[in-house]
Amino acid sequence: MKDFIIKEFKQIFRDYRSMVILFGIPIAQVLLFGFALTMDLNDVHFAVLDKSKDEYSKKIVDKINSSDYFILDQNLNSESEITKIFEKGIVKEVIVFESNFTENFIKKGTANLQIIADASDPNTANMLVNYTKAIVDNFQQTIVTENSLKGIVIPQIEFKYNSELKSVFMFVPGIITIILMLVSAMMTSISIAREKELGTMEILLVSPIKPIQIIVGKVLPYVLLSFINFMVILILSFWVFGMPMDGNMFLLLVEAVLYIVMSLALGIFISTVSNSQQTAMLLSMFALLLPTILLSGFIFPIENMPQILQILSNIMPSKWFIIIVKSIMLKQGSFIDVWKETLILISFTVFFIVLSIKKFKIRL
Amino acid sequence: MNLSVKISNISKKFNATIALNSINCEINKGEIFGFIGPDGAGKTTLFRILTSLIIPDTGTAIVDGDNVVSDYKLLRNKLGYMPGRFSLYQDLTVEENLKFFAGVFKTSIKENYHLIEPIYKQIEPFKNRRAGKLSGGMKQKLALSCALIHKPNVLFLDEPTTGVDAVSRKEFWEMLKHLKSNELTIVVSTPYMDEAAQCDRVALIQKGEILDINTPQNIVNSFSHKLFALKCDNMYELNIESQTNKNTHSAYLFGETIHWVAKSEECKMNFISEINAKNFKNFEILQIQPSIEDCFMELMTK
Amino acid sequence: METVVEVKNLVKKFGNFVANDNLTFEVKKGEIFGFLGANGAGKTTAIKILCGLSTPTSGELNIAGFNIYTEREKIKKNIGYMSQKFSLYDDLTIAENIKFYGGIYGLSLKKIKEKTIKYIEALNLEQYTKKMVAELPLGIKQKLAFMVSVIHEPKIVFLDEPTSGVDPITRRQFWDMIYNEANKGTTIFVTTHYMDEAEYCNRISIMVDGKIEALDTPANLKKTFNSNNMENVFIQLARKATRID
Repeated sequence: MKDFIIKEFKQIFRDYRSMVILFGIPIAQVLLFGFALTMDLNDVHFAVLDKSKDEYSKKIVDKINSSDYFILDQNLNSESEITKIFEKGIVKEVIVFESNFTENFIKKGTANLQIIADASDPNTANMLVNYTKAIVDNFQQTIVTENSLKGIVIPQIEFKYNSELKSVFMFVPGIITIILMLVSAMMTSISIAREKELGTMEILLVSPIKPIQIIVGKVLPYVLLSFINFMVILILSFWVFGMPMDGNMFLLLVEAVLYIVMSLALGIFISTVSNSQQTAMLLSMFALLLPTILLSGFIFPIENMPQILQILSNIMPSKWFIIIVKSIMLKQGSFIDVWKETLILISFTVFFIVLSIKKFKIRL
Repeated sequence: MNLSVKISNISKKFNATIALNSINCEINKGEIFGFIGPDGAGKTTLFRILTSLIIPDTGTAIVDGDNVVSDYKLLRNKLGYMPGRFSLYQDLTVEENLKFFAGVFKTSIKENYHLIEPIYKQIEPFKNRRAGKLSGGMKQKLALSCALIHKPNVLFLDEPTTGVDAVSRKEFWEMLKHLKSNELTIVVSTPYMDEAAQCDRVALIQKGEILDINTPQNIVNSFSHKLFALKCDNMYELNIESQTNKNTHSAYLFGETIHWVAKSEECKMNFISEINAKNFKNFEILQIQPSIEDCFMELMTK
Repeated sequence: METVVEVKNLVKKFGNFVANDNLTFEVKKGEIFGFLGANGAGKTTAIKILCGLSTPTSGELNIAGFNIYTEREKIKKNIGYMSQKFSLYDDLTIAENIKFYGGIYGLSLKKIKEKTIKYIEALNLEQYTKKMVAELPLGIKQKLAFMVSVIHEPKIVFLDEPTSGVDPITRRQFWDMIYNEANKGTTIFVTTHYMDEAEYCNRISIMVDGKIEALDTPANLKKTFNSNNMENVFIQLARKATRID
C-alpha cells in the first residue's frame, strides 16, 4: 500500500501535464473568472425619458447616476427617440417615468416606471434591470421609512449577502466546486484508465493485491493534492479579490474533504466503465464537467431553469456543495444551516464509493 | 510427474467469435511449455483464463492446484505473469518498477534477488533510467524480472518475443533455460514457429483449437510425408510451377528453398521429369527433415 | 536496370545521437530489398526519411527519380506504404477502404470500381463485402492492406513488418503476392523479424548501430559469414552492437 502511494506520487510529479492540470489550470481559472470574466457592470450608459420631472423622479435618476454602475448619457424628450438611441449602441438602458410620478407615489401608493434594456446581450440586460430595480427598491424603502408611510409593500432587496454586488464572490464557490470536481474525478479516472491501457492493470489484477488497496492507493494522493488545491484557491481569492473569510473555516475544510472524496469516488466509477485514457477524459468532460457547470447553479441560476432541469439539478452533487460553500463563506453559516446539504453530500459519497468498489472488476 | 496446469474443455466466445473451442491440455511441473500459433489463434485469451483474468464459458482449469475461477485469490499469490505488451510503468525508473512489483507481492528485491540476478544484472547499470526509455530487449528483461520477483510457481509469458529482434529473442530463450527448475513451470506463447524447438513440449494452436500437443521432436517425427527442398536459379518461376503442378500435394516458400510434398511416389517422379523438361537452371531436389513450421502448415490444411 | 532508390552518405542526427550514420545504397527497379536490423538500429528513422516524412541532416537522396529535399510531394505520389500497425480502417467496409485510398491518390471512380472487383475476386472476399474490415481474419486483412498500398501503382512500396504475427500459410501467400508485384516491376522495400523471409529478398542490408554493416545477396552473405542460414548471419552482426537504445 505504501509502495503504491509512493509510486502514484512519483508518477504524478513526473508528468508535467498532470501538474499543469493540477495547479496551473485552477490558478488560471480563478484569475480568469475573477478579472476578465467578471459580470460586474461598470459605467453603463443609460438614458432617461422623464415625463414628470418632479422630486422623486429626479432623485431616482441621481441615485442611479451616482452609482458606480451607471452613467447618465442624456435626457430624452419623446418616445420616438428611444429606438434611435438604442440603435446607436452606446446606451444600454432607458428609464421612462410616467407623468406625475411623485404625486402618484404619495397619493395612490403606486407609481409606474418603465425600464427598457438592450437585450441583444440577455445576461447583461438581465443584470442591468436587476441593478436598476435594486436601486429603485432601495430608494423606495428610504422614502417609505423617512415619511413613515404605511401600507406599501416593500420588496425584499435581493443582493443582501453580496451588497456590493461583486460577482467574483458568486464565482469563487462555483470555481472551487468545478476545480475540485475536475482535478479529483478526471485525474483519478485517467490514471486508472492509463494502467489499463498500458497493461499494468493486468499484472496488478493477477497479483494478490486487493481492489480496495488499488482504489485507496489511487485516491489518497489525490485527496491530498486536491486539498492543497482548495487551499490555494481560497488564499488566492482572499488576497486577490478580498473574499470574506469570516465563516467557520474548519467547517468549510471538512466539507471540502467530503466533497473531494465524493468526486474521487465518482472518478473511480468513471474509470471502471472506460478502458482508455481518452474515454475517461471524454466521459469526465461531457458526463461530469459540463452538467456540473450548467446545472449546478454556477452560471445559470437554478430558479430560472425549466422545471425538468430544476429537478435534474438535484442529482448534481456540486449544486449542494455550492450551496454549502456560499452559505459558509458569504452568510457565515454554521453546521446547523448546512446539515441538510451535508447529509445529501454524504449520501452521494457513500453511494459512489459502494458503486465503484462493486463495479471495480477483479478480472478483465 | 506432478501436473502444474490442467486445462479441461475450456471454451470462450466473444460475441459471435469463438476464441477458444474446447481446449484440453496438461502441463507438467518444471516444464517449459509453448503455445505456438499465429495472432488470433486464442493464445492471449487462454493465458488470461489461466491467470484468472477472465472466466471461461465452459470447462475448468486448474493451475498449481487451484481452480482459476473459484480459488483465484490463492492462485494470484503464486502466479507470475508477463502480458503481451511489456507492461511497465514508463515513467518510473527500472529500479522503481522492480521495487513496486516486489511491494505488490509483499516481498522485497533483497529477499529474492538471487532469482532474478542473472537477468537483472544485465540491466542494473541502467537502474536509474526510466522504463519508457529502454530498448525492446531491455524492457523485456525488466518485465521478466518483475514477473519473477515474488518467486512464482508458474510463470505465464504471453508472446514475450513478438516484435523483438532475432538477437534479443535468442538471449531471451537462453534466460528461460537458465530459469528452468523443478520449482518453476514456464508457459510461453509465441507466433514464431522456430521457437518451438526451445520448449520441452508444445501445443500447436490455430483458430481456437489445438492441432497437436507433443515434444517438438515427436511433432516433427509425426510428419507423414516425404519432404523435399527444391532449388534453382529462377525461384519465382519455380514457385509458381511447383504450386500449380498437378503432382504437388503442397509447396511453400521456405527460406532459400521451396518445401515440397508430392501426392505420391509416382507423382514425384512425374514432377521431376516435368521440371527437367522445362529447363529450370541448376534445379536441385533434396529430401529433408521437416521443421515445426512444415508440420504446422500440414496440420492447418488437414 | 533503372535505379529507383539512390542514397548517398545519408546522415540523420537527433542532437548528439547519430541515428543514421553515413548510409549509402541503391535499389533497382523490381528488386526486393530486405532492410534488416536489430531494434533501435535506425531502420525506422531511415524509412521515414525515404518516405519523405522526415528530412535528413545531410546526404544526397533520390527516390523514384525525385529529389528528397525539393520534390517531396512527387515522391509521395510514387510510393506506397504499409505496416502492421497502420493499414486499413477497421470501421469501414472493404470497398469503402479501397475507395478512400484510391481517392487519396486521385484515381478515377471507374478505376476504383475495377480495382475493388479485382481485389475482392483475388482474395475470395465475396462473403465479406458488406462487412467491416475489423471482422476479417488478420491474414486476409494484411493481404488486402498490401493490395491497397499499391492501388496507385507506385514505383516503390515500403513494407514495415508486414507479416508479423500472421499464420505460416498466409505468410507465404503474402510473399507470393510480393513476388508477383516485384515481377511487374514494382520495387519492394521490406523489413521483417522473420529470418527465413530475409532469404526471399534479392538483396539484404543489415543495420547495426546506425550503420549498414552488410549489404549483399542472401547467398553471398551466408558465404561471407560462413553460416548456413540468415539468422546466424544476423546474429553475428547484431551482436556487435554497442549502443543500448
